[in-house]
Amino acid sequence: MDLHFGDSKPTDDERAAVDALLGPPESSWEGADRSDADLRWARGGRAARDRRDLLLPGLHALNDRIGWISEGALDYLCRRLTVPPAEAYGVATFYALFSVRPRPATVLHVCTDLACAAAGAGGLCAGIEGRLRPGSGVSVQRSPCLGLCERAPAALAVKAGDPVRTAVSAPATVEDAVLAASAPDSAPAEPPAAMAVPQAGDPSLTLLRRVGVVDPSSLDDYRVHGGYTALRRAFELGPAGVIREVTDSGLVGRGGAAFPTGRKWQATASQPDHPHYLVCNADESEPGTFKDRVLMEGDPYALVEAMTIAGYATGAHRGYLYLRGEYPRALRRLEHAIAQARARGFLGDDVLGQGYAFDIEIRRGAGAYICGEETALFNSIEGYRGEPRSKPPFPVEKGLFGKPTVENNVETLVNVLPILTMGAPAYAAVGTARSTGPKLYCVSGSVDRPGVYELPFGATLGELLRLAGVRDGLRAVLLGGAAGGFVRADEMDIPLTFEGTREAGTTLGSGVVLAFDGTVPLPRLLLRIAEFFRDESCGQCVPCRVGTVRQEEALHRIAERTGAAAADDIALLREVGRAMRDASICGLGQTAWNAVESAIDRLGAYA
Amino acid sequence: MTAIPLGVPRRLVEFTLDGREARVPEGSTILDACRAAGKDIPTLCEGDTLRPKNACRVCVVEVEGSRTLVPACSRTAEPGMEVRTGTERARHSRKVVLELLASSVDLSTTPRVAGWLKEYEAKPDRFGPEAARLNEEPRVDNELYVRDYDKCILCYKCVDACGDQWQNTFAISVAGRGFDARIAVEHDAPLTDSACVYCGNCIEVCPTGALSFKSEFDMRAAGTWDESAQTETTTVCAYCGVGCNLTLHVQDNEIVKVTSPYDNPVTHGNLCIKGRFGYQHVQNRD
Repeated sequence: MDLHFGDSKPTDDERAAVDALLGPPESSWEGADRSDADLRWARGGRAARDRRDLLLPGLHALNDRIGWISEGALDYLCRRLTVPPAEAYGVATFYALFSVRPRPATVLHVCTDLACAAAGAGGLCAGIEGRLRPGSGVSVQRSPCLGLCERAPAALAVKAGDPVRTAVSAPATVEDAVLAASAPDSAPAEPPAAMAVPQAGDPSLTLLRRVGVVDPSSLDDYRVHGGYTALRRAFELGPAGVIREVTDSGLVGRGGAAFPTGRKWQATASQPDHPHYLVCNADESEPGTFKDRVLMEGDPYALVEAMTIAGYATGAHRGYLYLRGEYPRALRRLEHAIAQARARGFLGDDVLGQGYAFDIEIRRGAGAYICGEETALFNSIEGYRGEPRSKPPFPVEKGLFGKPTVENNVETLVNVLPILTMGAPAYAAVGTARSTGPKLYCVSGSVDRPGVYELPFGATLGELLRLAGVRDGLRAVLLGGAAGGFVRADEMDIPLTFEGTREAGTTLGSGVVLAFDGTVPLPRLLLRIAEFFRDESCGQCVPCRVGTVRQEEALHRIAERTGAAAADDIALLREVGRAMRDASICGLGQTAWNAVESAIDRLGAYA
Repeated sequence: MTAIPLGVPRRLVEFTLDGREARVPEGSTILDACRAAGKDIPTLCEGDTLRPKNACRVCVVEVEGSRTLVPACSRTAEPGMEVRTGTERARHSRKVVLELLASSVDLSTTPRVAGWLKEYEAKPDRFGPEAARLNEEPRVDNELYVRDYDKCILCYKCVDACGDQWQNTFAISVAGRGFDARIAVEHDAPLTDSACVYCGNCIEVCPTGALSFKSEFDMRAAGTWDESAQTETTTVCAYCGVGCNLTLHVQDNEIVKVTSPYDNPVTHGNLCIKGRFGYQHVQNRD
């Protein structure tokens, strides 16, 4: 590999941002001034190439400090890591949070997704754009779901610098959002995570029982509230014993695919190839989903402990926590929790004196829904474009860095704690025979008390919505987020279990319950869903790359039409949707048409 | 498959292909098996000596027990598999994928695609006159080859050929995302400012003519490009001692482009700038 780097030079600031992450360069071969020794020998190459996975953190370092990524900065980062500039350019342009064109230091992301759209994001955006015109020093960007649906509409301000500053405004007004963008430091503090949990303090809670009760910054407080008893139990059981408990508990993945967790762990643990990796998928980007954020903000040590148990059970010594880039508070809380756990011997070379080495590294996503797909997430961590890989081989065999990898989302992992503390039989007794345990639901939209709710599997949709204070005039409920499906207001008896929703011809997905009353214009909502998938398609395969565009075009054409006038385009939508479901590489393309199809078939949209 | 020296004997995998017993060497793909059985499965991004990228999804087939269709070019045949290639479901996906492609890019120089569009009764026009297209002007920024992204189907073959699979220059990658994704060099610069070494191996693998010799591009523009009037002669490159094979494409006694046979064990289709483009001295008659 004989790489070509351009002539553009980084500024001092850009160089400092990269060096703060990677340390100073050792020779002119990786960007330092030339010394006599450099004329005689070169080092770097392979060693530097092995650090390719630092490309994404490097891009973040530049974007955080400068606000965008210049040619000189990108070339310098490439030189440091021996990454071809063309590839790094391809990676930098893949993510929505990065820019390779100059832009103001402050970017205000205004959410335009489902819950926020229903709460008036359109007017909010127009108001903000009226106040913050080009030249105001703030770049206003319309954003996909920011995961603040319980406080819709929402805006997130990011001001580049050293250090980068962020401020959240939700529920946002034009005034608040402009203030957050112009002075992030003096913007009012976010409400505590417990505000997103209407049931907070209820003694019957399992997964959410510590949110609002425990101090998220205190390891001691976490231990006072039962923290680290599950890890001690895990060490008593041994890895095989832990996997047995998880298998017997009947736990299945809560990210949407509902794969049995015990089987996944067993399959990874038994792989002869080493090392094994653990990846926690905290790239919660499904519109309408915010449960993982609330867990991470309200009870961060629970995730640290659960990841340690998962790593121990599957023989991994390193866990990657892939956190979506739009969650600055969760990032701060988890960084703090991991540092404290490390300092106190709950992470590191010898966890709890048991001779087991485990540590956690946080990787930030940079605005790409597709990176929630497990193999796209591996590519993203490894410093490649976040495009999904074709399966087989499956991650348990060849995952992160080509090694056996177990990947679970936040909610799945946090379930492991009660499984170990209460025992598999007691856990399996909660819920129904085939959907065991408690489940989190993200309720938002037309309800009086939006937030994260915990109920045992088997409660009906109506029970959940009554708990959240559903308003009169409910028109439809979107189950499972943009990749899920709509159900009618008269289908409140649907049991919230994997098998119950399947029988009803819909899906539980990631636990999104978005309620819409009659005031929300359905065609515009469907257009937003189509626009979301068109924006978030990685572009790798044809059915998804072009199909999402053709579907959006058809929905535009029929936005104001119904009946026979829309029939042709609905037939077209169905044909394209069927090919996308059958022939796309990954779940994004395969599910992109679900919600719109369900709106046509169940709600009679355009009829 | 390319003719290559025989290795150690491989075990045979037995599975069912359209209801008939099929036996292929272990490691073969479903596409290999289809071709061995004389079945014509359309493919665009599949690339001979390159690892299959399975991005175009034209070659999808139905495999019993699989929730979705699977790409024949990259799925390895497994014992006991039941594969069906001509089902309504598979044909529907191929038809729609061909329509999606043909409605967004210019496939006029893609070999065989016209036949497939007809065979699958694809109607790319039905997405309406407003359907988004790439609509990009050809980029002519050097004397050797032209990038015409209006013909690009993003098959990634040029990226793979420029990268670790052939050339190891890593001058090209995919930039952007979704429908806006484009093949690009670093910073989307002109080729002359990039890491490109003009080996032309990307042209060699391009399935649609999005990358073409400047000579071919100019002749097409002038209306003088005529493949039926061309002869091909394979010879040995005289520039150095490696011994690469060159296939000279000659029209009207002029070399119009140079390719290299994939089944040559020295080059597998690779050439350098001299072999690929350095032919003017042969026909300099002054």
